[in-house]
Amino acid sequence: MNKLSAQEISKLTSQIRRDILRMVHGCKSGHPGGSLGCADFLAALYFNVMDHNPDFRMDGLNEDIFFLSNGHISPVFYSVLARAGYFPVEELKTFRKLNTRLQGHPTTHEELPGVRVASGSLGQGISVAAGAALSKKLNQDTHLVYVLMGDGEIQEGQNWEALMFAAHHKIDNLIVTIDYNGQQIDGSTKEVMGLGDDIAEKVKAFGWEILYMDGHNMQNVLDTLAQAKAKSGQGKPIFIVMKTEMGYPVDFMMGSHKWHGVAPNDAELANALSQLPETIGDY
Amino acid sequence: MKKFDIQNVKDTRSGFGAGLSELGKTNPKVVALCADLTGSLKMDAFQKDHPERFFQVGIAEANMMGVAAGLTIGGWIPFTGTFANFSTGRVYDQIRQSIAYSGKNVKICASHAGITLGEDGATHQILEDLGLMKMLPGMVVINPCDYNQTKAATIAIANYDGPVYLRFGRPAVPNFTEADAPFEIGKALLLNEGKDVSIFATGHLVWKAIEAGHALAEMGIDAEIINIHTIKPLDEEAVLKSVAKTRCVVTAEEHQMNGGLGDSIAQLLARKNPTPLEMVAVNDSFGESGTPDDLMKKYGLESSNIVAAVQAVLKRK
Repeated sequence: MNKLSAQEISKLTSQIRRDILRMVHGCKSGHPGGSLGCADFLAALYFNVMDHNPDFRMDGLNEDIFFLSNGHISPVFYSVLARAGYFPVEELKTFRKLNTRLQGHPTTHEELPGVRVASGSLGQGISVAAGAALSKKLNQDTHLVYVLMGDGEIQEGQNWEALMFAAHHKIDNLIVTIDYNGQQIDGSTKEVMGLGDDIAEKVKAFGWEILYMDGHNMQNVLDTLAQAKAKSGQGKPIFIVMKTEMGYPVDFMMGSHKWHGVAPNDAELANALSQLPETIGDY
Repeated sequence: MKKFDIQNVKDTRSGFGAGLSELGKTNPKVVALCADLTGSLKMDAFQKDHPERFFQVGIAEANMMGVAAGLTIGGWIPFTGTFANFSTGRVYDQIRQSIAYSGKNVKICASHAGITLGEDGATHQILEDLGLMKMLPGMVVINPCDYNQTKAATIAIANYDGPVYLRFGRPAVPNFTEADAPFEIGKALLLNEGKDVSIFATGHLVWKAIEAGHALAEMGIDAEIINIHTIKPLDEEAVLKSVAKTRCVVTAEEHQMNGGLGDSIAQLLARKNPTPLEMVAVNDSFGESGTPDDLMKKYGLESSNIVAAVQAVLKRK
């Protein structure tokens, strides 16, 4: 795929965010908050950073592959996959509706191109990605494996097993990004189950390479992911702490956990869309 | 009643180890993962001969299931190894989402199943694993009866594309099946033709059923004995064919009545051919510490229990 510039990707993210809002509005359910927050990151991955093929093959041989661990932000995943050419953009309107390939949480079960494992039950993504990264090493495939996870999600114990495992086995073709927005369903992560003063120090202590990223500064996203790539192959898995704002950049959706899993009504949708220009056309 | 020669007395987990070792030599796509029980699972030979295809995951079974799912992406065939308890109940959601629902070609190999794990007691003696696994859509569930059959099953599942649960055990038990017998997933094995009662047994209870068959023969009862090594998919045709002839059934397994082989057969017969049925199984109870033999006696999983079940079911015929 042609790599887009930071400016071009930023233009695209406005469209992706429109898709997200229209999808959750269309089925009156879903998770807009984290989806909006991760739009910049996922667009950067699929339109610049990853070497990938929208002519989908499950084995992912000789290409970079991505796993979404926090499967509830499926709207942004589906929009990015569709906009990258994995399946028709029109199909976004079927999100969460009967007989759709775009299930509430991503699945391989409906054979949607771009999805390599089911996710939604949290905490499983790093493990699967670590296995896929080992598979690449066994296949002498030098491409990389990316994972996105939520910050509340790291409360699941399996993550810590996987963090230990990947460092122990020196899985240095694995790049995990945590969406550090500080929010989860019941409130802020601080209130619900504190992650500690510095999540990065914890992961670093397990033996990972740490990077920090501003998830809403496209140039910073691209630079940090380029740095991550440069640090791969050096004996350590890589963990990126990505600061984002849940609901970004819709003014009334930011600043709390309220929009984690609520669909906007008609007036709220209109308000939100008015803040996001249609750049390459609604589905 | 047909005679079966005991070739030797061996644990089924060693059959798994031997099968895995052979796969290491014959199938370059097979990889193995173990959660700190390499010696118990007899995976040492594979580990020694193919260190590049063996992954020690430590005491972290949930992660092991996820890593195995990931390894399939790119064409590897992962065999996970730990005790049956930690292969199922402990990691049910990981298996459900990352393996079963995701349709991943993972072979979940589970040792020390049932009460014959022995002295470690009920925390480790899972008697619910067959039920847990057979409930998962698309999961194949296999419980071979002896060393030779476990080895053959281990080799056979590598050639099947899809998730499989392979259950075996700790104690040495009679090894009586032919060493070169082919293993066909989902194909019940008729061990002894009979006309009076059908005994469907799985795992360690298959030999107990043979012993019961001899005792019954002396009593003038002609038992048909069928080894159901594959709990799912169940060989419905074989079950229905036998039952059409004998018109009464005893099932035998080292598992809870709920969810096991007897449950599957009762469900089939209730739908297709309602037939008197007795179950030899653990009845809604946890196990406890003790020798395997003492536990099999206390929990009613001996050949004498099968004989008693046959006598009971014959009265209901």
